[in-house]
Amino acid sequence: MGPRVSTLLRPPAPAYSPRAMTDGDNPYSYRHRHLLGIEGLHPPEITALLDRSERYVEQNRQADKKKSLLRGRTIINLFFEASTRTRTSFELAGKRLGGDVINMSVSTSSVRKGETLIDTAAVLNAMHPDVLVVRHPESGAVKLLSEKVNCAVINGGDGSHEHPTQALLDALTIRRRKGRLDGLRVAICGDILHSRVARSNIHLLNTMGASVRVVAPRTLLPAEVERLGVEVFHDMAAGLEGCDIVMMLRLQVERMQSNFFPSIREYFHFFGLNYDKLERAHPDALIMHPGPMNRGVEIDSLVADDYGRSVIREQVEMGVAVRMACLETLSANLADAGRVNL
Amino acid sequence: MSAISAKRALWPKLGEAPARAAYVNARLLDPASGLDAPGGVLTEGEFIAAVGAEVAPGGLPEGCEIVNCGGHCLCPGLVDIRVQLREPGEEHKGTLASGGRAATAGGITSMVCLPNTKPVIDDMSVVEFVARRARLLGLAKVYPYAAVTKGLEGRELAEMGMLAEAGAVAFTDGVRAVADARVMRQALQYAATFGLTIVQHPEEPSLARGGDMNAGEMATRLGLSGIPREAEIIMVERDLRLAELTGGQLHFAHLSTATAIDAVRRAKARGLGVTCDTAPPYFALNENAIGDYRTFAKLSPPLRAEEDRLAVIDGLIDGTIDAIASDHAPEDEDAKRLPFAQASFGGIGLETLLAVALELHHNGRMALIDILRLLTSGPADLLDLPAGRLAPGSRADLTLFDPERAWVVRENELHSKSKNTPFDYKPLQGRVLLTVVDGRRVFSLDA
Repeated sequence: MGPRVSTLLRPPAPAYSPRAMTDGDNPYSYRHRHLLGIEGLHPPEITALLDRSERYVEQNRQADKKKSLLRGRTIINLFFEASTRTRTSFELAGKRLGGDVINMSVSTSSVRKGETLIDTAAVLNAMHPDVLVVRHPESGAVKLLSEKVNCAVINGGDGSHEHPTQALLDALTIRRRKGRLDGLRVAICGDILHSRVARSNIHLLNTMGASVRVVAPRTLLPAEVERLGVEVFHDMAAGLEGCDIVMMLRLQVERMQSNFFPSIREYFHFFGLNYDKLERAHPDALIMHPGPMNRGVEIDSLVADDYGRSVIREQVEMGVAVRMACLETLSANLADAGRVNL
Repeated sequence: MSAISAKRALWPKLGEAPARAAYVNARLLDPASGLDAPGGVLTEGEFIAAVGAEVAPGGLPEGCEIVNCGGHCLCPGLVDIRVQLREPGEEHKGTLASGGRAATAGGITSMVCLPNTKPVIDDMSVVEFVARRARLLGLAKVYPYAAVTKGLEGRELAEMGMLAEAGAVAFTDGVRAVADARVMRQALQYAATFGLTIVQHPEEPSLARGGDMNAGEMATRLGLSGIPREAEIIMVERDLRLAELTGGQLHFAHLSTATAIDAVRRAKARGLGVTCDTAPPYFALNENAIGDYRTFAKLSPPLRAEEDRLAVIDGLIDGTIDAIASDHAPEDEDAKRLPFAQASFGGIGLETLLAVALELHHNGRMALIDILRLLTSGPADLLDLPAGRLAPGSRADLTLFDPERAWVVRENELHSKSKNTPFDYKPLQGRVLLTVVDGRRVFSLDA
């Protein structure tokens, strides 16, 4: 069972200190079969995944990056939507753990020939993969696919719903720089409406005790977004006031045609991150971006390349470590985990 | 035998109505006359001969069949004014036969079908085709709506007068709104020439475009695009103005929002002859039924928030809403087993119509007879159908049900060809035991 939406009615998590409860002797506090989203996860589960990722950060900086934890395991990267960095990151993660990784992307697959998602799931399932990493342009599609396969499924991003490994890698980046997540003030800025990264980050940061703000024009905010537990701002200067983290989102320029904003020039003027606006944030504020960046659209190049404050490249590095931790954890949770010859 | 005649042989022969039958030991419920008393009904051929505590004072006539109703409720056959049957054109989703069986299993003896078939019911020949096929089947009676505009395209008016002569009972563009205000104005004006009603699917399409579910917290969490309530409210408010301007007869189908219902309430108070209906999902479910992307709960209009659901119930109680219709919309697996945004809108509802509506009785919100009025004489009067009454001389369309009998909705036990019910696995209370159309017993639960 993955996290469920029924957590809508779940009372807020009790006050909790993530530092006090690391996973200790129990290496896999995360016990779900899939990783479909952050919503509904509990702090110890998130902390366990982050702690496990931490070990891989060091390993990935060594000359010998290879482990054999996933030897014998097959991982399929199933991407129904173009992606370079997420797919590469998962591929590296799988290979560094000794698994066999196969990439399937939509443009070459039978989906274009009219095969349905469920048919695709059945076909892949017959090949006995152990972990499927799935990205799909429709919200909920990864959940639907996970119901039709026997293996573990990692959501590599579904529509505007969730992108859990992105939120985990962002959290790892923040935790390593700031030493904690709880009590931090985080501003997420830009196209919240269409962003799965924003949703996963809101759920994760709220669960871990950070306070989250969103900053965007009203056209790019989903209805009743404040019900997710965020403060809403429409003005960058006010929104960034005193923030420890400034998280910029990618703006899809095609949105301009649908009248979400009138022009790139106007968008950048009011919502693009530059030094002027950044002045209102905490002096040590970190600048983050899930990539790929549109320089001069949502972020000024000078800010993006300010390596004293911008941790955008570090996020990419953390991504591989986080995905290794997720693959390892889900692989260990598989029913036949004991029978793999390590 | 050729393939064609073989298929024709499969059409069931119309069973003869028994010359006389007495349905005795029943709780009679006739909303039109307010009757709620123990008694029975005597039918002669296709008609009701007597209704009351003592249907045959001088003893039952010779050769009369006797049906013991066991003290259960006997009411006029239900009338459902919003059904999609998919025939002609999409028989893989549903047919007149499968829809007819589902209807009679749900106690429905008359239904009005939408014109969004292939071809569209915008031509006399299609009206006649549907009516004739349904008559041959002899299950629930089918009255067709015809299109307001040719091809449901929202531009040129269909031949409403001639379509009405051919048997169309009212006019609607089905699951599409007549979006253009000028076209709607002219449709209302022209239809009023012949005293015909326009039924609107109230949703402003440009505002609803691309939306998958009700706009709000749930859509935000699921990352789905929202359809704001205002899509319905704007269309209702606009059309109320047009009805006032033209003096046309206007009916709104499946209202789902508090504000739209209130707009109709105020219009009725001003004396405007506007009417509306709703469907069981809008007073029995809210948007939370979508849960983890359940496409069976993807309906049009979308399931709304809890406060809207409660407002729909208030509208039923205070009489603002004139009828409950099933809004039966069969969709096969290929149209529903998809990512939520790609799945079709719509849910089936014929077989659950009565039992879901009875929840309002079991909850103590409405009296049994008031609920039945919304399912029988209420909808029949809206479209002037010869149905919905327990009166001597009227057609012997009867429904016998046990309001207490509990059951669970399971897709494999439904008669409908498509199984896309938003009430899947829902426990319900109240079950149809026997359905009689024109004196013929067309459904029996125990058979």
